[in-house]
Amino acid sequence: MSIFDRKSGGDHTVRDWLVALSCLLGIVSNCWARAPLIAAASDLNFALTEINAKFRAETAREITPVFGSSGNLYSQILQGAPFQLFLSADEALVFKLAESGKTADRGRLYAIGRLVLLLPQDSPLKLDGHLHDLVAAFGDGRLTKFAIADPAHAPYGQRAQEVLQRVGLWPQIQARLVLGENVSQAAQFAISGSTQGGLVAYSLALTPALKKLGRYELIPQEWHTPLRQRMVLLSGAAETAQAFYQYLQTPSARKILLQYGFALPNE
Amino acid sequence: MDWSAFALSLQLACGTMLILLPIGIWAGRQLAWREFHGKALVEALLALPLVLPPTVLGFYLLVALGGGSVLGRWYAAASGHPLTFSFDGLLVASVIFNLPFAIQPMQRAFEAIAPEVREAALCCGMSTARMLRRIELPLAWPGILSAMVLTFAHTLGEFGVVLMVGGSIPGETRTIAVAIYDRVQSFDMAGAGRMSLLLLLISLVAIAASYAITSHLNHARRHA
Repeated sequence: MSIFDRKSGGDHTVRDWLVALSCLLGIVSNCWARAPLIAAASDLNFALTEINAKFRAETAREITPVFGSSGNLYSQILQGAPFQLFLSADEALVFKLAESGKTADRGRLYAIGRLVLLLPQDSPLKLDGHLHDLVAAFGDGRLTKFAIADPAHAPYGQRAQEVLQRVGLWPQIQARLVLGENVSQAAQFAISGSTQGGLVAYSLALTPALKKLGRYELIPQEWHTPLRQRMVLLSGAAETAQAFYQYLQTPSARKILLQYGFALPNE
Repeated sequence: MDWSAFALSLQLACGTMLILLPIGIWAGRQLAWREFHGKALVEALLALPLVLPPTVLGFYLLVALGGGSVLGRWYAAASGHPLTFSFDGLLVASVIFNLPFAIQPMQRAFEAIAPEVREAALCCGMSTARMLRRIELPLAWPGILSAMVLTFAHTLGEFGVVLMVGGSIPGETRTIAVAIYDRVQSFDMAGAGRMSLLLLLISLVAIAASYAITSHLNHARRHA
């Protein structure tokens, strides 16, 4: 009548099978996860993947990047997330971590980020880095939705807010803003076709996937607080993470950062 | 396709099922046949994950499993790493948000067993364990099976709680649902599409199989 009726414990076989499957999957997923975890700001989404590939080719070691908004990654690190290195888009967060004793030292500046106006191909807005047309479009109703990263925890969102304040659109534009969880999601919103554009990271606008879908122009650097991006080894970082930290300071890694539009500090 | 995230999701779903199977059978029987003070409250608490926003559940789990809680401190002392952002923490969360999906179908199945059948078995001097194995489980197993299928499918699909309690750590807490979200953020719509399709097919097959088995069984019973 049912599987439980069989004398020699039919249910045991099913359970054993599930246990075996579960163990097997455990082993498989553990093998995949051995590389040290690196918490990285979303604007590094493509640059860091490329640097990691080069690092693997040159040293036969690799890291596993986890991308997010610097603010969110910062709180995860405070709550004990198992990261070994933190690449922040905002150095203030690194200093705060250092003060709470979570880091090896105060880290190193590795890049300066830039903000761009990113428009989808069919946007009714004119491509204008000084945002004259954005202000006009806000007035004449061509602008209904505009994407930025969430200023509450994403450095690029905070800079975008400063820029919108400077051109006099803040706070009235807030009702038309779509906030990305991080700058990468904001860029995805900006080119999705559901918005007329957004203020996002230059490094993302330069990725091949976005180059096809959108047009961009740089926002003047002096319009917002510089995006001084600092990295820091977290307490207990092992050898591979340390090697990657050193590698990020070599000319071959810096060349990739340069290709993705980052300015390089001389610190 | 992110196979590591897929394997992790399957592992989480199987683990949750294995833990909830005995819990569900025990709780389902208690709730089906026993009357006690505060039963309505217990049932309401168990049903809560059905209606609570995942963020509310996620928030309380984050507090309950975090370094400030008794459980979090005990786990960190025993294992050397915190419970949040770990697979074990995710498993605990998963068991909790699946409680209604496991218990309710089992409770209904046990409720449907006629009291006379159990009384007759008791009169014959059957032990509780034997009665469970020979009478209750054979009668209730379609309900138990649906409970397990629902638990499995719901674990694969849970997103908000996983993100809040687990973050998105590859090989540890990045489930396939979270990996899809990450892919969309990385402009990889094709990858997100493939993973979504796989998840859709698995959920469909799981639910269809459970319906098919149940209806086949009811059909067989009617003609027995």
